Amino acid sequence: MTMPLTIQIENVSKMYRLGQLGTGTISHDLNRWWCKMRGKPDPYQRIGKVNDRENSGGDYVWALKDVNLNIGQGKILGIIGRNGAGKSTLLKLLSRVTAPTTGSIRIKGRIASLLEVGTGFHPELTGRENIFLNGAILGMTRVEIRRQFDAIVDFSGCGKYIDTPVKRYSSGMYVRLAFAVAAHLESEILVVDEVLAVGDVDFQSKCIGKMRDVSQQSGRTILFVSHNMGAVKKLCPESVLIQHGQVMQFGDTADVINSYLLGQTKNARRRIWGESDSAESHSIKLHEVSVCDNNGSHESMIATDTPLQVRIRYSIKKPIHQLRVSMLLMTSDGTPVISTSDMMSNIKNDPRPIGKYTSTCSIPPNLLNRIQYVIRVDFEIPGEASLLSGNHVTFDVSELTFNQLGRTRATPPGSVHPLLDWNVKAA
Amino acid sequence: MASINPPTNIVIPESDLRENKSDWDLVINTQHNLLNIPFSEIWRYRDLLLLMVRRDFVALYKQTILGPLWFLIQPILTAVVFTIIFGNIAKISTDGLPHVLFYMSGITCWNYFAECLTKTSETFTANASIFGKVYFPRIIMPLSIVVSGLLKFAIQFLLFGSFILWFYATGTSVHITPAIFLFPLLVLIMGMLSLGLGMIISSLTTKYRDLRFLLQFGIQLMMYATPIIYPVSSVPEKYHWLIFSNPMTAIVEAFRYGFLGSGALNITTLIFSGVVSIFILAIGTIIFNRVEKTFMDTV
Repeated sequence: MTMPLTIQIENVSKMYRLGQLGTGTISHDLNRWWCKMRGKPDPYQRIGKVNDRENSGGDYVWALKDVNLNIGQGKILGIIGRNGAGKSTLLKLLSRVTAPTTGSIRIKGRIASLLEVGTGFHPELTGRENIFLNGAILGMTRVEIRRQFDAIVDFSGCGKYIDTPVKRYSSGMYVRLAFAVAAHLESEILVVDEVLAVGDVDFQSKCIGKMRDVSQQSGRTILFVSHNMGAVKKLCPESVLIQHGQVMQFGDTADVINSYLLGQTKNARRRIWGESDSAESHSIKLHEVSVCDNNGSHESMIATDTPLQVRIRYSIKKPIHQLRVSMLLMTSDGTPVISTSDMMSNIKNDPRPIGKYTSTCSIPPNLLNRIQYVIRVDFEIPGEASLLSGNHVTFDVSELTFNQLGRTRATPPGSVHPLLDWNVKAA
Repeated sequence: MASINPPTNIVIPESDLRENKSDWDLVINTQHNLLNIPFSEIWRYRDLLLLMVRRDFVALYKQTILGPLWFLIQPILTAVVFTIIFGNIAKISTDGLPHVLFYMSGITCWNYFAECLTKTSETFTANASIFGKVYFPRIIMPLSIVVSGLLKFAIQFLLFGSFILWFYATGTSVHITPAIFLFPLLVLIMGMLSLGLGMIISSLTTKYRDLRFLLQFGIQLMMYATPIIYPVSSVPEKYHWLIFSNPMTAIVEAFRYGFLGSGALNITTLIFSGVVSIFILAIGTIIFNRVEKTFMDTV
């Protein structure tokens, strides 16, 4: 199967300067210019450094490093990666917002990019005027816009307000109108960055449907960046995983998402307190909190149907009466969901002698929702003193269940999403 | 440019699919081609230019009561103030012309130049949010400013014209000379000059904002170096070279000579102005072209 290429990315790297541009800039510029005059390489470009947000010294960073990609015509390609991995930089290079530091990109056909909905919308102008303006900014001619005008208005569902200034629009209408313009672009390549995050669920699926339609009907190539794995999986058969500015994986979307999620949750679900950041009080020392599956692995993916164990390892430094080890399960915004403690079980161990302990709490499957949770571990003597508190571990419950790959639904509302008994009878 | 390490951990699917390089419609790379001005692309985006002009016009006076009348109020009030201060209090010569006409001729030209210059010089900083998201030939923005400035200029010029007619009807000595046929050329030179200067300044301000401050009072000061509130004839002969080294001087003087019949029409200085404008426009286009590719990283 030989499919003609539409985009060829060869050895593309992009360097960014960190920190502020200020009085030091001009001396760097002069130095750089002087080296260039003498035919020497740029003294500020350090070779071989990858983009690692947490620990990189120096004033410059490679947002992308030696990226190679070939994309065939009519493909819908998802681009995923953590915040700051370089996804948006890649799209910016493709949409010619900025130029690569090295390497080259070859493109066949017209490229239209949608890095933001409603670029160039002017709040004082009416919906109609903005359709023309925005369309022209995105590269359409007036004739093309006029031809598509009715379809755009129809898709947006803003027909009644089309002659009202967009500053009076609700934010939802604004986004719908803006996306409608972009969806009707007549370009061979469409680059979409995280724009669907703003609309409601109905609108999101409408947009994804529209994008899939245009790709299938007119053989358009679509590059789609999103943190919404459900949307990526719905739309894109193939995906690229970008990490630290490099292409880590290219292939079937389900595989790529899997390794992305695995890589992302690695170590976050286990926290070890060592010498440098010890968590201890005069009587308790916390060693480790981990969220594991049945096999004791804290690196596997957690799906809604995974039974979980929260293991708390700690030492008691002097005998404590009525120690309570408790765990508060919260959503990532800090809303308490479940609080539970080992005193509720009938462990008869009072006072607990000096020694090392592991308290394990089991969370049954089919209880949690597909969201991120935070666990807070507290040690206390009820009614008396808090011995040690405020230590957190974070974990994500994935939207994918292993036996359900390929089928996703929107995340249901609620802090938990338990599987309950339902009884359905015909009345 | 830095040498490139061989890629190490990269998956290249379909790497056997290499095509003829000539097939590609667009190649994005680091090369700066100084004189590679994308004329065909600008032409393709001509509708955007018109829509931008329209946006500037429609949006500017939305929710105002007087609307486009502000185009007229501003030069009239300025001319009145100038008449009182420079004409009646400071008693600066106006070459025997009615004060209002004299000042208005200068203000009309100067407004066009100053506005185009100020606005084009903000091209990159003011449009950073759009430029950061979508590609189109960046030069569309300064071009649209010069064109919408032209519309405003036309309105103010009509006002000036009606003042001439009124003074003519009331019997004041106003002589329209054949030099008015130079008028389109004068507008062209002003447009090129302000566009070129504006593009140079906008390109430099992406990195160094200092020029913005210079421009703020620079334009005001430059007005006094241009014969707006005084005629060239009141400047001592030995300083003429100095005042004519300002390319706007010859334009304002020729404009005044054409419509009011007084002033110094000097073809040599006019040619000088034209050449300087073309030169500045060329420099501006080159710098602008160079900066537009990566300005998002520095702005």
